[in-house]
Amino acid sequence: MHTLEIRDLHVALTESPDKPIVKGFSLTIKTGEVHAIMGPNGTGKSTLSKAIAGHPDYAITSGDVLIDGKSILEMEPDERARAGLFLAFQYPSEIPGVSIANFLRAAVQARLAEGEELDATGYYKKLYSKMDLLKIDRKFTSRSVNEGFSGGEKKRCEILQMAMLEPTFALMDETDSGLDIDALKIVAEGVSAMRGDKLGVMLITHYQRLLDHIVPDFVHVMYDGRIVKSGDKSLAFELEAKGYDWVKNELVTA
Amino acid sequence: MADTDTLPPADDTAVNPVGGIDQAVGNFQYDVNYEFDAGTGLTEDTVRYISSVKKEAPWILEFRLKALQTFLDKPMPTHWATKDLENIDFSKIRYYLSQGQKPKRTWDEVPDDIKQTFERLGIPEQERKFLAGVEAQFDSEAAYSNIKDIVAKQGVIFCNSTEALREHPEIFKKFFGKVIPTGDNKFSALNSAVFSGGSFIYVPPGVKVAQPLQAYFRINAENFGQFERTLIIADEGSEVVYMEGCTAPKFSTSTLHSAVVELVALKGAKIQYITVQNWANNVFNLVTKRGVAHEDAEIKWIDCNIGSRLTMKYPGVVLKGKRARGEVISIALANDGQHQDTGAKMIHAADDTTSVIVAKSISVGQGRSTYRGQVHIPKHLKGCKNNTECDALLINTNSRTDTYPAITVRGDTHAVQHEASVSKVSEEQIFYMQQRGLTEAQAMSLAVNGFVNDLVRQFPMEYSVELKRLIDLEMEGSVG
Repeated sequence: MHTLEIRDLHVALTESPDKPIVKGFSLTIKTGEVHAIMGPNGTGKSTLSKAIAGHPDYAITSGDVLIDGKSILEMEPDERARAGLFLAFQYPSEIPGVSIANFLRAAVQARLAEGEELDATGYYKKLYSKMDLLKIDRKFTSRSVNEGFSGGEKKRCEILQMAMLEPTFALMDETDSGLDIDALKIVAEGVSAMRGDKLGVMLITHYQRLLDHIVPDFVHVMYDGRIVKSGDKSLAFELEAKGYDWVKNELVTA
Repeated sequence: MADTDTLPPADDTAVNPVGGIDQAVGNFQYDVNYEFDAGTGLTEDTVRYISSVKKEAPWILEFRLKALQTFLDKPMPTHWATKDLENIDFSKIRYYLSQGQKPKRTWDEVPDDIKQTFERLGIPEQERKFLAGVEAQFDSEAAYSNIKDIVAKQGVIFCNSTEALREHPEIFKKFFGKVIPTGDNKFSALNSAVFSGGSFIYVPPGVKVAQPLQAYFRINAENFGQFERTLIIADEGSEVVYMEGCTAPKFSTSTLHSAVVELVALKGAKIQYITVQNWANNVFNLVTKRGVAHEDAEIKWIDCNIGSRLTMKYPGVVLKGKRARGEVISIALANDGQHQDTGAKMIHAADDTTSVIVAKSISVGQGRSTYRGQVHIPKHLKGCKNNTECDALLINTNSRTDTYPAITVRGDTHAVQHEASVSKVSEEQIFYMQQRGLTEAQAMSLAVNGFVNDLVRQFPMEYSVELKRLIDLEMEGSVG
């Protein structure tokens, strides 16, 4: 079992470090668990995931992030990735001229020891089996990464990468945004298929509907930069019924 | 005489973790005993010396001497080109070096130290393939040449230009200096005065040369200018692909490379000329390349420029016959201290002619890339088409790119399209790739390879692999 521990994390934009966005976020995720983070827009959900992944635009002003008790904050983004951290982007970048197959190949190669060569046959075999699992057409991987993709294709591309790179912890940032219901189902099925005791998931979402398809073990409500309420999946239903104002009001009266 | 250039061979310790390639690959030199050496500096005597060593016919000496005068009379083109040209010290350059060898016919006859040099070019598997059909140039003279039987059986002449002048003067003389006249520019004049080596190819009517003809060559002496002269004639309805690639050792003082390449595609013929070059960053690479495409003929230049201190090269096609087609595909990568001043020329001179230019440049660090394009479609013609696309990628904030497209179109039945773009690899892109486990340098390399990918695909397989390696090597140390 592995753990990802986020300890009293404070995050601000690198260019304005005195304006905190994430304000004392704490959470421990174990492999085998799926944690849903819900909350209204502008509450710091995306900032949290990017800061954990090491995006240069965000500065961690205090607190710590540890994998199996070891802080990852001094690590470069690529070292964090190779340590088992995967971020499924809300808005994935386009990489013109680089096919998905070649991109993933480079990413897999980067995980091998120096001097070790990737087994191309094995790689493609695995790639195709993951594509079958996610019901992705074979032609898809010859397209340039995210270039001219629809919202659904971009998210599917993220899930495929996740399936290939087999992270220990996946931070999924609004993976459901911009998806129609069919695409949502496919993505959810993919995540569910990867679910297991080797993977811990932090699922960031604005809406409850994704949680119909990926049933979380824990639901946390994030508001104003930290977790204000935690519970099981019933909390998601409650939120859906009562709206985020319910949490706000509860905070005020508390 | 024994002129021992005493730079020791570089050791083998530097290994590129990305491509698994020896980084010092362009950095070595072997002792070569130069039997013929024209000394440094350029005078009439130098030209006479070269001509006599080569046992040339009187008309060639006359041609050379006239060219020398043209060279001396012409000013440096610094009114439009970079002032860096003024830093070339013509008195310090050696204009002729030769081992005095006859081009070799079989690999066994090639001296071991030369084999070793080829080995270190880092393309062993490819070597095996092209050894049978290659004309590889070692310094001024071809040290190795072996015309593959099948090519000769088809009646194709493939040899170095010195040999061609001796053995095939009637064909040579008919086309030599006709596409690029001596006085075209200062450096074509220089080449005409002191040329040595280079390839001569003649493809008879209707012959389609199945495998590409290749020439690998290197500069291997300090302060030594290489002035090869290549002439390719594709007779009616024939087809040929020619590939040249160069990697030069790195030296502390400037080296001048000034080639002239002339192509003639007669009616319905097709010529494809492919270049991948990786000059050391002290080389002035000032090359004139042009082809004439007759009726229904097609000339395509595929050109990749990496390295050198200054490269000035604008492959051109004169579209002389109806429905002729010209194409230039070019990739340039300028790193710190390098200036790639490249582009294309398309001169439309007949109805219904088509030209295509696709140029992509990458500027790294303080590297500077310049695109210069000239497209000329005169008023009396009908139905001409040109499509120009030039894209520049800037890697660092201090990188530089300039674009100077000159398109002159007169008449009202032509179609011309011009697109240009400048882009930068974004921080967001790099972060995205890093999040997948690639280092910043690997991410940058991948982004650059992606940028040129559609053009790299037009290179033959083994070249595109080599090109990718070269780009990876160039991108190392560009970030952080």
